[in-house]
Amino acid sequence: MAEVIDQGIGELFSDPDPDRAREFFKGKSRKKVNKVMPLSDAIAKFVHDGDYLGIGGFGANRTPIAACHEIVRQGRKKMGFAGHTATHDMEILSAGEVYDRIDAAYIVGLEARGLSTCSRKYIESGKVKVTEWTNYALSLRLKAAAMGVPFLPTRNMMGTDTLRYSAAKTTICPYTWKKLVLMPALSPDVSVIHVHEADVYGNCRFKGIAVADLDLANASKRLIITTERLIPADEIKRDPGLTRIPYHLVDAVCEVPFGAYPGTMPYEYFSDEEHLKNWLAVEKDEESFKAFLNHNIYSCKDHTEYISKNGGMAKMQELRNKEFLLCKEGNS
Amino acid sequence: MSEYNAMELMITVAARELKNGDSCGVGTGAPCAAAMLAQKTHAPDLLILFEAGGLSPELPEMPISVGDSRTFYKAAMAGSMSDAMEYCARGFVDYTFLGGAQIDRYGNLNSSVIGGHAKPKVRLPGSGGANDFASFCWKMMVMTPQDEKRFVEKLDFLTTPGWLDGGDSRERSGLPLGTGPYKIITNMAVMDFEPVSKRMRVISIHPGNEFSDVQRKCGFELLRAHKIVETKPPEPKELTILREQVDPYKVILGR
Repeated sequence: MAEVIDQGIGELFSDPDPDRAREFFKGKSRKKVNKVMPLSDAIAKFVHDGDYLGIGGFGANRTPIAACHEIVRQGRKKMGFAGHTATHDMEILSAGEVYDRIDAAYIVGLEARGLSTCSRKYIESGKVKVTEWTNYALSLRLKAAAMGVPFLPTRNMMGTDTLRYSAAKTTICPYTWKKLVLMPALSPDVSVIHVHEADVYGNCRFKGIAVADLDLANASKRLIITTERLIPADEIKRDPGLTRIPYHLVDAVCEVPFGAYPGTMPYEYFSDEEHLKNWLAVEKDEESFKAFLNHNIYSCKDHTEYISKNGGMAKMQELRNKEFLLCKEGNS
Repeated sequence: MSEYNAMELMITVAARELKNGDSCGVGTGAPCAAAMLAQKTHAPDLLILFEAGGLSPELPEMPISVGDSRTFYKAAMAGSMSDAMEYCARGFVDYTFLGGAQIDRYGNLNSSVIGGHAKPKVRLPGSGGANDFASFCWKMMVMTPQDEKRFVEKLDFLTTPGWLDGGDSRERSGLPLGTGPYKIITNMAVMDFEPVSKRMRVISIHPGNEFSDVQRKCGFELLRAHKIVETKPPEPKELTILREQVDPYKVILGR
């Protein structure tokens, strides 16, 4: 048995036992059936109070924002949340006080845009249990789960409070006698990933960086896909090398055009910086924020309504031009 | 001599540290501007990595996020976070630029909390990829404005490893050998670390400042190098590229 020479005091929110996870997957359907359903049905069916939630993409890049809105709209509570590059997704989930425990790698901020008052206040309130990690640590924890092993060793975090407030353990390598930090497997109960294209069975293609989504897909017990567009299954079969998430991992396929708005969807549309800035600003006043949330989430039937309230098709066209840097063409 | 502001000076000084053919893990903001300036001046073959998976892009403008589509525009590869961090872990990445709300005399950084952890006075983002980059990249650099609230005697939380407790404590911690903080670039001076004690040491002071000014804006005692030089200010060519090609909308330069 490996000797534990140090360990963090943070709470472990997910069971790292690979055999219990295998038992779950033994019972999960492998049937190739049509899994298309409205997003509201998918969230109602597969996202439960108390579940541990994973969100794909990177904060406001290829992130399933429509799904985050729907989770808040349906009033999910007491969830665990993987705060892995969590930015605008966390801002939305904090507004709904959806989670009460978080694995924190990157939280609260929106990178160069600034800190979210709403996310900050919620964490600072003491209502949320926080265990510290790093971005790579959470990537590795998902990879461990995806590999069916209880942990993966790494050489970061040593000597820091990040390690002290994590749930990682330190041991000695039996080959080299070097210290290793062990990252426990993280199997979210449910995750949502936004992709460019999927067929009705859940075979998915996406373009650009993967972030941690291939491991997230494999690590998660249940997986909801939101997709910019549905494509024929024959198109998937034409070039299966392009499939990045295969159908057997997927529980629901929801067609949500512009589903990452107001974030960026690579090769489709750029982020709506004006709207994100407005969101950060309005959070500073509680009453205005309540009205803002009501306008943009609670009173919206779906993502299409949210988009139509924020510039509609004209805005999407503008953001598409921005993504393709069209304003720079022919100017030099 | 052309006029320049403190941010332009910091970015220029940082860019000069990056040699052609080296590799650098960067975030958004000033570090990215430094990498872009280096690429457009003396280091066209600088390999830039973003933690979300963008590898060696031709940045068309300043990214807003380390995962937005600009970070893999005309790139060699759009990979994953594990890809990026594993290149670092394997020893492929020479430099990284980081920042933080607090830094101490050993170059340790805090970007997690001000106050206690359970119910913090201010909750900050946490490590993100900073702890990973600082653990794995050969040389960690910091670009930051300098004041006594940021340069502190004791961090509220040690998010990202510098030289830890100084001396050989980093080596003993188990972090990869031969890695550690290299230079700290502020609006007033450039610091390195005294080789034995690993304490922060002033090696270069920007024009218009004295050592006493730099010390006054620092919450711990700074060491002085045997020979402290005056920082070479930005050249007109560097300023032109920085202003016209790197950050024409003054997203960073206007700060």
